[in-house]
Amino acid sequence: MSAISDETEPSFRLSMLVNDTRYRSLTFQFIALILLIVFMAYLGMNLVQNLATAGLNISYGFLSEPAGYDINQRLIEYDSQSTHRAAAYVGILNTLLVAFLGCLTATVLGVVAGVLRLSGNWLVAKLMAVYVEAFRNVPVLIWILIINTIVITLPAPRAYRGETPDAEMLFGMIAYTNRGIYFPAPVWGSGSLIVVGVFLASIVGIFAYRRYAKNLLYSSGKLLPTFWPSVALFFVPTILAYFVMGRPVTLDYPALQGFNFQGGLQVQRPLIALWLALSVYTGAFIAENVRAGIQAVNKGQSEAAGALGLRPGRIMNLVVLPQALRVIIPPLISQYLNITKNSSLAIAVGYADITATLGGITLNQTGRAIESVLLLMLFYLVISLSISMVMNFYNNSVTLKER
Amino acid sequence: MSDTHAASTAFVRHDPLPPAPPPVTETGIVKWMRENLFATIPNAILTLLSLWAIYTVLSGVIPWITNGVWGAENIRECRELLAGATGGCFSVISERWNQLVFGIAYPREEYWRPTLAFVLLIVSVFPVLFPRAPRKMLILTIIYPFVAYWLIWGGTVLTPILLFAGAVVGYVVYSKLVASNFAAGFFGGLTAAAIAWWLAGFAIDAGSDVLALREVVSRDMGGFMLNMILGVVCVSLSLPIGIVLALGRQSDMFVIKWICIVFIEFIRGVPLITLLFVANVVLAYFLPPGSNFDLILRVIIMITMFASAYIAEVIRGGLAALPKGQYEAADSLGLDYPQAMRLIILPQALKISIPGIVNVAVGLFKDTVLVSIISMFDLVGMIRGPILASTDWNGVYWELWGFAALLFFVVCYSISQYSQWLERQLQTDHR
Repeated sequence: MSAISDETEPSFRLSMLVNDTRYRSLTFQFIALILLIVFMAYLGMNLVQNLATAGLNISYGFLSEPAGYDINQRLIEYDSQSTHRAAAYVGILNTLLVAFLGCLTATVLGVVAGVLRLSGNWLVAKLMAVYVEAFRNVPVLIWILIINTIVITLPAPRAYRGETPDAEMLFGMIAYTNRGIYFPAPVWGSGSLIVVGVFLASIVGIFAYRRYAKNLLYSSGKLLPTFWPSVALFFVPTILAYFVMGRPVTLDYPALQGFNFQGGLQVQRPLIALWLALSVYTGAFIAENVRAGIQAVNKGQSEAAGALGLRPGRIMNLVVLPQALRVIIPPLISQYLNITKNSSLAIAVGYADITATLGGITLNQTGRAIESVLLLMLFYLVISLSISMVMNFYNNSVTLKER
Repeated sequence: MSDTHAASTAFVRHDPLPPAPPPVTETGIVKWMRENLFATIPNAILTLLSLWAIYTVLSGVIPWITNGVWGAENIRECRELLAGATGGCFSVISERWNQLVFGIAYPREEYWRPTLAFVLLIVSVFPVLFPRAPRKMLILTIIYPFVAYWLIWGGTVLTPILLFAGAVVGYVVYSKLVASNFAAGFFGGLTAAAIAWWLAGFAIDAGSDVLALREVVSRDMGGFMLNMILGVVCVSLSLPIGIVLALGRQSDMFVIKWICIVFIEFIRGVPLITLLFVANVVLAYFLPPGSNFDLILRVIIMITMFASAYIAEVIRGGLAALPKGQYEAADSLGLDYPQAMRLIILPQALKISIPGIVNVAVGLFKDTVLVSIISMFDLVGMIRGPILASTDWNGVYWELWGFAALLFFVVCYSISQYSQWLERQLQTDHR
């Protein structure tokens, strides 16, 4: 009889750090951490040494100094005496403005092109394929510069002058010049608040009505019309309130004064070039996402819906789209992120976004390269991290719960 | 019986009537048009609208191209030749061709070198792109980087030969040691190559005029050549780095995983242009004092980091898409981590990631034009700077931008078509 003695717990040996899988990963991580720290320290020491040689330091004091440059397109009060910080805020708002506008139009363009590319109409489908391939395969910077060139070739403001002008305003109220496009701007008189209030209330009313109609349909099977009542609710109360209050909202038309148009709402050339280019470029990518999403829905789904007797419009709305959206929305959101990041190309056409103010003029004037670029990166990081947080939240909420 | 029947009827038809032709609306082109262009009224309206749009575009573009002037010296001469008619001054492309392709500063008599490098590039990527090409051509691919470096930057022929020899030494040491342990092989090979290169440095210094080509410094590179150099170098460098980052992000080791996550998310969160600003004005502060990295090298470093973060995410997708059974099968065969990755996981994961990698490569190639913003003279930089600003060609926008767009379209579209073809070739699942 041979007793199997318990193996005694082996004492720790140094070779186990490499050979024993329990400790090996710790060894690796420790080495990686040391290497990282050494690398960072090396960079830091270089930085300190270089700064000392150049007689510089790291300081954010320049943000409070007057910027000394003008910005044409701005959403908040700013003049050349304002600080660099104010210039950066103007830049941030401009970035957000063009990103927001770009997202809106790119989505519309992309959805239309994506759906039309699947259309049964051969010509339209081919045309959309040409659009998508042409825009996806050429750098966005080239598109921005091309559209900038198109805007430059619009008539100059002086073409609108004289008895027989070379150019005429669209509908007598929209002037398109090589400096930008001028729209009539609304002037909010007294009592306009009520009109706006009525308008907002009528939008709430539309949703309430649709909800009521849906509940009625589910509980009693009675189908109320929704389209025309919604249209009526949208327009009628607001127009009534507008006339009842004595037409408080008027339009300020752009008019030629001196060398340029004054008044109205002006959208300047750089913004137009950037906005349009980003929209058509990203629209082509979104079109592909939309097409992929619709094709990802099993054909059996729409056939089954057809077998239940649904009409084509309802098949799209009730069966195909809800399933396709699950596939479309995550890449759509990352396209929004791309628009925001690509809007940094504004610097190429002179649109004053954050890259052009903080990373361009401010950097060049103050020579604070490290600080400016760091702040710039921080801004974009915050934007993209928050967008990806939204995306993760959405993904978690729509993931099919499968076992 | 049958003949009585035959006698009782006056006429019996023995062969059937030929089938009547289908109605004209149900055959040929008319049917096709009815079904594909005018199926419903909205469809017909769409068709007419598209026809109108095509007509508008073509009626502007076709005379512009057919009336184009190719031989003029400058814009005034071109306008005189056109005499008010619609037409493009394409002579700007022929007259400035060398600037568009090679930049301003590349020595004129050395143009054959980048051209040869470009031709060799096409020959040497051939065996990589097409699996059916003879395997021996891969040797060409392996020596290509060294040859291309020598051709484009010049210098003594010893440089590429000794660099290649160092790489061979490293590879030999690696293949000797890898049988026992991957880490030993990898680091052993790296050390051996480094020692060989260090020794080669002396030899190159000693024989700096052996078969020397005229040296061209990096800042003389420009035009479309610069876009090609940046695109090819950065994509090929970022692939291995991207694989390492993706594996790191999938790893169980906490520290390594988080280093990779922070790196990837940081790079993906900022626009490329800010990274180029870093290359332009910030990176120099972090390099050892007195070191003199030229701008193109700093830009290559930053674009490579940028691309590798994106490629890492694509490959991570491929790794995640592999069924768990593959990992478990590799474990149960007793393969260690490097073996499992090299032999089982990565070949499959990379195959899944090919479309994504190609997308990143195309996107990166397009993004190389951003270097024009930090005032490097790539294709776009050349057009915006020296060409449009010159008095000879001031205002010839359409021809130049059209040329640039066409060039990028041809390259990027063919790459994406190739990737779709490759995807079909590699499809091993049965559908």
